[in-house]
Amino acid sequence: MNAQFDVIKKKRIQMTIILLVMLLIVFGAKVLTDFSFMEGLASIPGTVFWMFTNLIPTAEAMENFPKVMERLWETIILSILATTTAGIFALFFALFGSKTTKINGLLALLSRVIASVFRNIPVVAWALVLVISFGHNVVTGYFALFFTTFGFLVRAFMETIDEASTDSVEALNATGATYFQMVFRGVIPDTLPQMLSWVFFMIDTNIRSATLVGLLTGTGIGYIFDLYYKRLDYPTVGLITLSIIVVVIVIELISNKVRRMIL
Amino acid sequence: MPTILAEKTEVYEKKGKNKKEFQNSKTILKIKDLYKSYNIKTPVLSMIEMELKQGEFVSIIGPSGAGKSTLLRCINRMIEPSEGSIVFDETEITSLSKKALRGERAKIGMVFQHYNLVSRLTVFENVLHGRFGYKSTLKGILSIFTEEEKQLALEILDKLGMKEFAYKRCDQLSGGQKQRVGIARALVQQPKLLLCDEPIASLDPNSSKVIMDHLKEICETMGITVLVNLHQVDVAVKYSDRIIGLNKGRVVFEGLPKELSNYAIQDIYGSELEDLIVE
Ligand SMILES: Nc1ncnc2c1ncn2[C@@H]1O[C@H](COP(=O)(O)OP(=O)(O)OP(=O)(O)O)[C@@H](O)[C@H]1O
Ligand SMILES: [Mg+2]
Repeated sequence: MNAQFDVIKKKRIQMTIILLVMLLIVFGAKVLTDFSFMEGLASIPGTVFWMFTNLIPTAEAMENFPKVMERLWETIILSILATTTAGIFALFFALFGSKTTKINGLLALLSRVIASVFRNIPVVAWALVLVISFGHNVVTGYFALFFTTFGFLVRAFMETIDEASTDSVEALNATGATYFQMVFRGVIPDTLPQMLSWVFFMIDTNIRSATLVGLLTGTGIGYIFDLYYKRLDYPTVGLITLSIIVVVIVIELISNKVRRMIL
Repeated sequence: MPTILAEKTEVYEKKGKNKKEFQNSKTILKIKDLYKSYNIKTPVLSMIEMELKQGEFVSIIGPSGAGKSTLLRCINRMIEPSEGSIVFDETEITSLSKKALRGERAKIGMVFQHYNLVSRLTVFENVLHGRFGYKSTLKGILSIFTEEEKQLALEILDKLGMKEFAYKRCDQLSGGQKQRVGIARALVQQPKLLLCDEPIASLDPNSSKVIMDHLKEICETMGITVLVNLHQVDVAVKYSDRIIGLNKGRVVFEGLPKELSNYAIQDIYGSELEDLIVE
């Protein structure tokens, strides 16, 4: 009873300290960067007004539509390709790294470390590094997306496996099933919907990242965004932004539908 | 006076079988000097000795944390025993290679408290999983089963009153139905030994009775040895040919249900007996 009370009290003190530290950081940052909240707030209406007057696609901008679509398509394909291939590799690393399906401790540790390294290097850093060896082309973009997606999916899949299939893994092992029988007839049926939804999540994350990566590697929608942005052709920039938004929404809708279908 | 024993006198007079009947039967499982510890300080199991005959129904009772689940899982090496010998069907289990172990596991069915089914697959698919131990990896992955295997699965489901649910997904079943699927999966293995880890701990009294009756019938009609971990002393007394009491990783009682006196129960459950009655 007493110990329980102490735990609650301790938690409360912890929360207060965390809150204070957060406030301190915010105000510290404000002082250091000379950022004024009021000024920031005051500039919002102006920005919105600018966006509405400049970024609305005009008839002229619509002439660039086919070109935009072509580049956008390139980006979509790149994202899907990078995500699905990364997903396949991630599945195996996740199986070897998960507590329930690991083969041995060393391999599990190794697979966790590798995934963590790939995950924690930002996609932009990958792009900048890879551009040196592969040059300004689509391969660079592919690998930059592949590496970060791989790192993220290993972790997401690992957690999914640990959460969903501990029990059935035990049962299948007890029947004398082999490792891959256990994986394909036990783990995968139980975790497929969750894993697919992570894959879809990464596809639409990657379409947004691909825009940024394309800017650096001179490919896809990022390249064309950069091009029109530098030409100060804001209506076309607006058109590009809108098409990205539409694509991301469409993918989200498809993802929901597919998930409902297999669930 | 523990209320759980109220019916006891009546029960053991009904029971025909006693230890003698099994004396000439074949030994299915023989455990000698089994020892298991997770860390060096406190052993979870020590000096376990037990012998199971063909067709015997044996219950293991004991307080929470006594090591019942650990003992059961040491038998098919789902948990690696630290020391000792386990001979199942004339094969020493503890020294088997991974591949050979797989072959022995195929002959040992296992039933779990939480059923442990692949919930998004159908009843039929789950039952057929019991055949994996006899299959090549590829045939298992591709779900290639022979006609006989499918027939066997259906017959067993029929026997357990689950045939009409064969093509239903397991997440749509009640607890009692799920457990019957769990039993069917174990029976499709055509096992010589059935290990059941608290098969009725998550079930209501009616479903519990159905499950225990099925286990008893399997034991009697198919000659499969059944080893069950149980929380309920009265159930153990009612169904078992023999009862083993475990406390702090040691066998503190072994005998016929009628030999399980209040004194013995006190020994098995120790100070936790009072909690048990309140429950
Ligand atoms: N993986 C593990 N690591 C360390 N200790 C463990 C592990 N698994 C079990 N134990 C310990 O071993 C002891 C026996 O556990 P076990 O699960 O076999 O008990 P049980 O008799 O089945 O209990 P219950 O009736 O609650 O199921 C417990 O004290 C438990 O804390
Ligand atoms: Mg247990």
